[in-house]
Amino acid sequence: MKTFKLVLPALLAAFALSAATTVLAQSKEQFVPVLSYRTGPYAPNGTQWANGFVDYLKLVNTKGGINNVKISFEECETGYDTARSVECYERLKSKNPSFVQPLSTGATFAITEKAPVDKIPVVTVGYGRSESADGAVFKWNFPIAGTYWVAADTILQAIAKKEGGWDKLKGKKIGLVYHDSPFGKEPIPLLQERSRNHGFELQLLPVTAPGVEQKATWLQVRQARPDYVVLWGWGVMNSTAIKEAQATGYPREKMYGVWWAGAEPDVKDVADGAKGYNAVTIQHGAEPNSDIVKNLLAQVHSKGQGTGPKEEVGQVLYLRGVMSAMIGIEGIRAAQERFGKGKVMTGEQVRWGLENLNLTQAKLDALGFKGVMRPISTSCMDHMGAAWTRIHTWNGKAWEFTSDWMQADEQILKPLVKTTADKYATEKKLVRRTGQDCQS
Amino acid sequence: MAFFLETLLGGLMAGMLYSLVALGFVLIYKASGVFNFAQGAMVLFAALAMARFAEWLPQLTGLTQPVLVNLIAFVLAGGVMFMVAWLIERLVLRRLVNQEGTTLLMATLGIAYFLEGLGQTIFGNDIYKIDIGMPKDPVMAFDTIFPGGLLINQEDLIAALIAALLVALLSVFFQKTATGRALRAVADDHQAAQSIGIPLNRIWVIVWCVAGVVALVAGMIWGSKLGVQFSLATVALRALPVVILGGLTSVPGAIIGGLIIGVGEKLSEVFLGPYVGGGIEIWFAYVLALLFLLVRPQGLFGEKIIDRV
Amino acid sequence: MFYRENGQFKTSYPEDQQIFPIAQDRVFVVLLLLVAFAAVPFFASDYMFRAILIPFVIMAMAALGVNILVGYCGQISLGSGAFMAVGAYGAYNFFARVPDMPLLPALLLGGLCATAFGVLFGLPSLRVRGLYLAVATLAAQFFADWMFLRVKWFTLDTPSGSVSVSNLQVFGLPLDSDVSKYLFCLTLLVLIALLAKNLVRGAIGREWMAIRDMDVAAAVIGIRPMYAKLSAFAVSSFIIGVAGALWAFIYLGSWEPGAFSVDQSFRLLFMVIIGGLGSIMGGFLGAAFIVVLPIFLNQFLPMLAGLAGIEISTAVVSHTELMIFGALIVWFLIVEPHGLAKLWSIGKQKMRVWPFPY
Repeated sequence: MKTFKLVLPALLAAFALSAATTVLAQSKEQFVPVLSYRTGPYAPNGTQWANGFVDYLKLVNTKGGINNVKISFEECETGYDTARSVECYERLKSKNPSFVQPLSTGATFAITEKAPVDKIPVVTVGYGRSESADGAVFKWNFPIAGTYWVAADTILQAIAKKEGGWDKLKGKKIGLVYHDSPFGKEPIPLLQERSRNHGFELQLLPVTAPGVEQKATWLQVRQARPDYVVLWGWGVMNSTAIKEAQATGYPREKMYGVWWAGAEPDVKDVADGAKGYNAVTIQHGAEPNSDIVKNLLAQVHSKGQGTGPKEEVGQVLYLRGVMSAMIGIEGIRAAQERFGKGKVMTGEQVRWGLENLNLTQAKLDALGFKGVMRPISTSCMDHMGAAWTRIHTWNGKAWEFTSDWMQADEQILKPLVKTTADKYATEKKLVRRTGQDCQS
Repeated sequence: MAFFLETLLGGLMAGMLYSLVALGFVLIYKASGVFNFAQGAMVLFAALAMARFAEWLPQLTGLTQPVLVNLIAFVLAGGVMFMVAWLIERLVLRRLVNQEGTTLLMATLGIAYFLEGLGQTIFGNDIYKIDIGMPKDPVMAFDTIFPGGLLINQEDLIAALIAALLVALLSVFFQKTATGRALRAVADDHQAAQSIGIPLNRIWVIVWCVAGVVALVAGMIWGSKLGVQFSLATVALRALPVVILGGLTSVPGAIIGGLIIGVGEKLSEVFLGPYVGGGIEIWFAYVLALLFLLVRPQGLFGEKIIDRV
Repeated sequence: MFYRENGQFKTSYPEDQQIFPIAQDRVFVVLLLLVAFAAVPFFASDYMFRAILIPFVIMAMAALGVNILVGYCGQISLGSGAFMAVGAYGAYNFFARVPDMPLLPALLLGGLCATAFGVLFGLPSLRVRGLYLAVATLAAQFFADWMFLRVKWFTLDTPSGSVSVSNLQVFGLPLDSDVSKYLFCLTLLVLIALLAKNLVRGAIGREWMAIRDMDVAAAVIGIRPMYAKLSAFAVSSFIIGVAGALWAFIYLGSWEPGAFSVDQSFRLLFMVIIGGLGSIMGGFLGAAFIVVLPIFLNQFLPMLAGLAGIEISTAVVSHTELMIFGALIVWFLIVEPHGLAKLWSIGKQKMRVWPFPY
């Protein structure tokens, strides 16, 4: 009991000390919060993304920052939990963040409600709400380079191409094995729209999070024998799905995964068992030979500053983190062009920058993304900026591209985005932005 | 018909895998009266240990023969689990003697969190591989009776056989050896066992060690199937209905309960699921166990609850 | 000496039966309420409100509800997360579907939905007891998880299953600032704590405690187990449901079914056990402990590492948090199995006899 008497006051004192910690003084640095998850069932995938993201920020700093404004960043562990993501957001809000990238569709929904009030842009490269591509309604959301509807549409395009045309899809069966969460349910409206238009049957097979047990799902797949299966999972669910597909004998060549289900952690344990598994990519794939990878290895890793192991530089999710960071940084740079080069930008100014992003091929090449990315150009009405994808396939050892560049079909996408965004606007009593507001 | 049999077989084998985890719960509850919520964390910890040892051994010692590496990793992981069991008994159980059930339950929850954190700190939180040479491709049997053949998952079949072997070994241990007799005596009545000289503390260490080894085998098999990662600990939540269906104090109950739950889960998901949109496995298992409990409140083979008023 | 009750005579039954018969207690509670309502809004920062005070107030309410079921009636329940979910979605449906529905009735109706759900899933308690019941309540938890993901009607047919509320106001006053949200939740908490305290002091509370201590004996002396157990489930789920609705509306703002998973149930159970089973104050203390601890560890560990000069990744901080959390719980249970409330009452007892040791 003696130790107890000593320990308790010590703990209380320490607690009081930490509660009294004040916010850092505002320095001449651009703050970027990094909401990441390095623990939990989605850690293997989330860690790679976070490593790429942070490595790119370090790379920008080695070059002196953005017009001599250095980047300061702080990681916050969210564990893919919405409440923890919101807590991280609230905690880091006081440091004047340039933008926030939650890396979780659930957290995006929650933060979308808070961001307009706090004036912090939400950048969701390849996830989030698909309808937030409509910048006229979603002023503060930026699903740059692609949304889930783009992914779903281009997967169907690839399948249609394999069959020999959209008309050949009539009477076929396509199964969707999806993560039972807002993330997994995102593609369903677009898939249902296409299934109505082209006459194929869509079978929905939800998998309860985190997706550790999928035997029953794949037995159902075996019974229904769909012509193709679209895998919409994240984390452990992906590798389990491919293992179960192997165990029930479903040909992996007929499986197409979303870009969050097409990375090394999902297939490397299955190795040859995943041979032939396809996934759609959001512009980039695994690019070990690209310039940006060489830069990162030379400027960051060789100086011992690498956040993760050297082997993962150039892998799919690592590059996605790099790309996400790059887009955010270029948004800040574009804001500086208008509001003052060499000055620290506020969230509102960065928002303008993200809305007027014009990444030409020349600019991308200069940054090191030659052959990896295609031009992105956002506007007031269009917060997505580009809808280019490719398909890559696992050959047992690495990912290789097996298709040309594809674009999502605007004819299907635009009306769907508009109707869904309108629904959100009426629900929240928002008014569509017009030309006047777009200039700000 | 073929598909129904496939689902049934799949369910039976999944059930055996659940009962592997449930065995750990039953063993500890039987001998020390503690409902060990940390069983899932122990499965994770054991699997992580084995996976990482199997990875580090070739780097440290140069051995590459897979059978040998796996065997040594298994033994080392077993040693780690023994240490964990001893520490738990020493630091936690001894100080909580005679406390109520809820207190002990919460203590095991605390141990669960601690083990999860410790395991991931020491061994890392990526997905790790356990490769014990299990065949991954399915086998189509009986293709003369059923067109196309009946799908049999070889890995699950071997896992079920290992589980059955483990249960048989445990039964022999409990029935034939002196320690096993002592364990049964302690499970029957703590005070009586103490009064004839059975050292309670040592028995508890032994029980937790055995449960640790059971967790290791379960972790090895589940890890080989799914890959070793944090979500392995959630397998314990899938095994809980098995424990309460079979009865908290019965080893055959864990097996039979496992088979019932496994079959019930898979059949419901495949045949009932499509009507309600799917994803009903988990709660169906619990509801099934609940329905059995309404008929027999102590589980199928559990000890009848006697209240002395 | 500080806490002496000497000289405090009661001259009427109401005086004798009041919740705080000792004058020092009354003074303390009035001061506490004053500080909570009047002083805190001036001194607390935005972050304190959003991350600590508001979650604490809402979780304290939920812990109250769980304590009634687990601490006073002895029915171990692991389905509290589900009750919170039902309360939240129930309140949401009333709020969103009925035009011009005021906030307060929506919350209370959500609580009533949770009551119905709680009574339904409390029916097994009539037959099943102890640990078996604990696991059986997990059926409620997983069923609710599934129901809100699958049945689109509950989420107003949104394709993603994520719902949100905005423009909250009560009696015409908008709830947009942190202070207003905090005061609203605090008012509800005080009212519900009053309700709970009076229930457990009354006949029904004594019935619950009799069932907890020995339910066969209670039945023998004439307490109807069905009525007692189901009323415990009903009251407890109502309180947890209202807390769940507040959690969703005020703290999260926008949520999906995963916000009320089985982790939430375990958290609530921790709060109640660490705080002290069978005591109203225990709910408050336990909630404070569980809400503040992760945040404290999150700030303290990197600071400690910084002092020692080591840079640690967020993953290691997270894992260490888990380890410390688990170790603290075990340590706590070893040191004081009856929880923080017991420590509090020991403290009061010491103050009563100070400067004598006993």
